[in-house]
Amino acid sequence: MTTSRIPTTRATAAPARRAARGAGAGAFASRRGLMLGPSVQSALEALWANRLRSLLTILGVIVGVAAVIAVVTLTQGTSAVLNARVAGLGTNVLTITPGATTTGGARGGAGTRQSLTQADADALTAVPHVANVSPLLSANTQILAGAQNWNTRAQGVYPGFQAIGNWQMAEGTWFSQADEDNAQPVAVLGQTVVDNLFTPTGTDPLGQSILMNGQTYQVVGVLQSKGATGFGNQDDVAYIPFATARARLTNATFVSQIQVQVDATDNVDATQQAVTALLEQRHQIAAGGSDDFTVRSPTQFVQTAQQSAQTLAILLIGIAAISLIVGGIGIMNIMLVSVTERTREIGIRMAIGARRGDIRNQFLIEALTLSAGGGAAGILIGLGGGLALTHAFQLPFVLSVVAIALAVGVSMLVGIVFGFYPAVRASQLDPIVALRTE
Amino acid sequence: MRTDDAPAGAAERASDPDARDAVSSQRDVPDARERLSDHESEGAHAVISVRRLAKVYRMGQTSIPALRGVNVEVARGEFVAIMGPSGSGKSTFMNLLGCLDRPTSGEYWLNGREVSRLSADAIADLRNRHIGFVFQGFNLLARATALANVALPLLYAGMPREERERRARRALRIVGLGNRLEHHPQQLSGGQQQRVAIARALVNSPSLLLADEPTGNLDTRTGMDIMAILQRLNGFGLTIVLVTHEADIAAYAQRQISFRDGLVVSDQAVTQQRSATDELQELLARRSADGAGGEPVRIREEQA
Ligand SMILES: Nc1ncnc2c1ncn2[C@@H]1O[C@H](COP(=O)(O)OP(=O)(O)OP(=O)(O)O)[C@@H](O)[C@H]1O
Ligand SMILES: [Mg+2]
Repeated sequence: MTTSRIPTTRATAAPARRAARGAGAGAFASRRGLMLGPSVQSALEALWANRLRSLLTILGVIVGVAAVIAVVTLTQGTSAVLNARVAGLGTNVLTITPGATTTGGARGGAGTRQSLTQADADALTAVPHVANVSPLLSANTQILAGAQNWNTRAQGVYPGFQAIGNWQMAEGTWFSQADEDNAQPVAVLGQTVVDNLFTPTGTDPLGQSILMNGQTYQVVGVLQSKGATGFGNQDDVAYIPFATARARLTNATFVSQIQVQVDATDNVDATQQAVTALLEQRHQIAAGGSDDFTVRSPTQFVQTAQQSAQTLAILLIGIAAISLIVGGIGIMNIMLVSVTERTREIGIRMAIGARRGDIRNQFLIEALTLSAGGGAAGILIGLGGGLALTHAFQLPFVLSVVAIALAVGVSMLVGIVFGFYPAVRASQLDPIVALRTE
Repeated sequence: MRTDDAPAGAAERASDPDARDAVSSQRDVPDARERLSDHESEGAHAVISVRRLAKVYRMGQTSIPALRGVNVEVARGEFVAIMGPSGSGKSTFMNLLGCLDRPTSGEYWLNGREVSRLSADAIADLRNRHIGFVFQGFNLLARATALANVALPLLYAGMPREERERRARRALRIVGLGNRLEHHPQQLSGGQQQRVAIARALVNSPSLLLADEPTGNLDTRTGMDIMAILQRLNGFGLTIVLVTHEADIAAYAQRQISFRDGLVVSDQAVTQQRSATDELQELLARRSADGAGGEPVRIREEQA
């Protein structure tokens, strides 16, 4: 009858045994701080249990982080291009465009106001240190060569523009002063135009006739490629003598812009001032009045472009910040719901020895896991979006480690900031009340 | 289904030598000797010493005196049943014993330490290392497996993972659930869930096991099964305080304390302590005589 009872020997040995068992727990008396590993695991389990809800919660963070990463990728690609363009432009070319500079350097309605004339350009040759001057007349046009056609930008320029634009010839020559003087129907084609009009038929473009605006031109030269960069392809162009453009292409009295080549980089600043002074005089602008034109050195030109890119970036990052805050509030909301739903679990954990700090950390880590997960997804999506955008704009794809680190940091911060209140609330629960909650 | 659990568990207990050995082998834990002296010094005290303990719940204007000056001493290794009508303050008393709540006045000495002077963190550690809880409603984490549930207190004790799992597995074997480690609570019967809860209460080798109506949600047969486990643990020297409404259940304890209106009205030793294990055996033997199933065979296995 008593066969399955605990043998009496065991019972008598019990106190010592129990003492030893108590000691077993005592051996691990020192607690480990955050218990990070198991906490993250249990956080993942809890989030997985409500996976749709978790996904919807982190959507705000995903969008915010993705926007930041995409924008930064785009901006970095842009400035890489702009920097390359400074080098390509030559550091000694001044660009004069119609329209005033607004404060901050952003261009206000540039090109819309008409104020520059060919006479302005010719007058600038008299300014000291000016090596070359050319007005530019631009028009979008369609070129026909045999059965091929191509839409490009035709620009009427002086022969000296070859030096200003730092163009090398692949074939033939740039048009001459005689061509300019006689308004000859000749054209120098960029590589992209040649690729589209002549390469398909295997024809040598040199000496061929092309139709532009219904009029015949002869191809006298082909330019060496400068390589495709963003904001339009520099090789997608056809240069014709200025006089020809004025006579045949547009009948505008004003020019699109004037470019001035300075003889040495050191003289750029002085020449810029001299050019400005001369034009102000010619346009009868009183001292202190606002100019109806803008003179930019290459660095200013790039700065202006970069500033507008930065303005865009700041705007988008602002939107991203709002999205992150909204995402953070979403996380806070869901964590509060989660704390309420899991009140009993909190009570159980407290009953078996969780400290308030343990409970707080548990929910904090859960919020952190949520936001970090959103951040990681956002980074991937943002990089994908950035890759697509830079590809679409023909910009180089620059991976920004700083932006990624920032995104990780910010999303974690969102988790901590917005997860803190729910976590503290969970840790402040009364164990008995929590245990009684259904 | 429920009633079949016990023999299966009992058989496993017997066939698994590790389980039989589980409790005693914990003696091999490193630096046990070092800590032993600590416990011996505690030996001078009772596990529980409660003096003039009172608890008043305040609800707005009214105040409800749930305990009105309770004096109780519980010595090491005792098995105490607390009885009394509904609302007499039994659960309130248990919550105070378990350091889940603080008394309005009076003293509570646990293992020679006055609890009300301890910080919240120290009390959490006390619950973690010295007290095991078994609730009427089991209170397991639904998302976690039996093993994870049992291992949880060790997590808060800061024990490394392998050690946690090793001990949790052993605790589950002790309650006869060595083959249900990966089951979730909803995949277990009520009796099995309560056994998981007991394993969890045991896993940190507490000096005190508190059970508030542990058989309240179980049928008589499964309740007996739980009582058999508790008696077995008490046999190993574990101090147990148990609340029950049923005189049958209280009869498995060594001592009965009765509450009424927040006071102890009687406190007496049980003259004839029943043995849940023996009664289970008899029950099963009688059933097999009636030709009911193969359970007695398992019992013989256990005897072997
Ligand atoms: N949180 C609380 N707030 C207010 N009053 C409470 C609270 N908990 C218990 N009480 C009151 O304290 C008294 C004792 O309650 P307690 O739960 O200790 O009784 P019990 O003996 O466990 O009863 P039962 O056998 O029904 O579980 C009751 O009058 C009850 O209404
Ligand atoms: Mg009760």
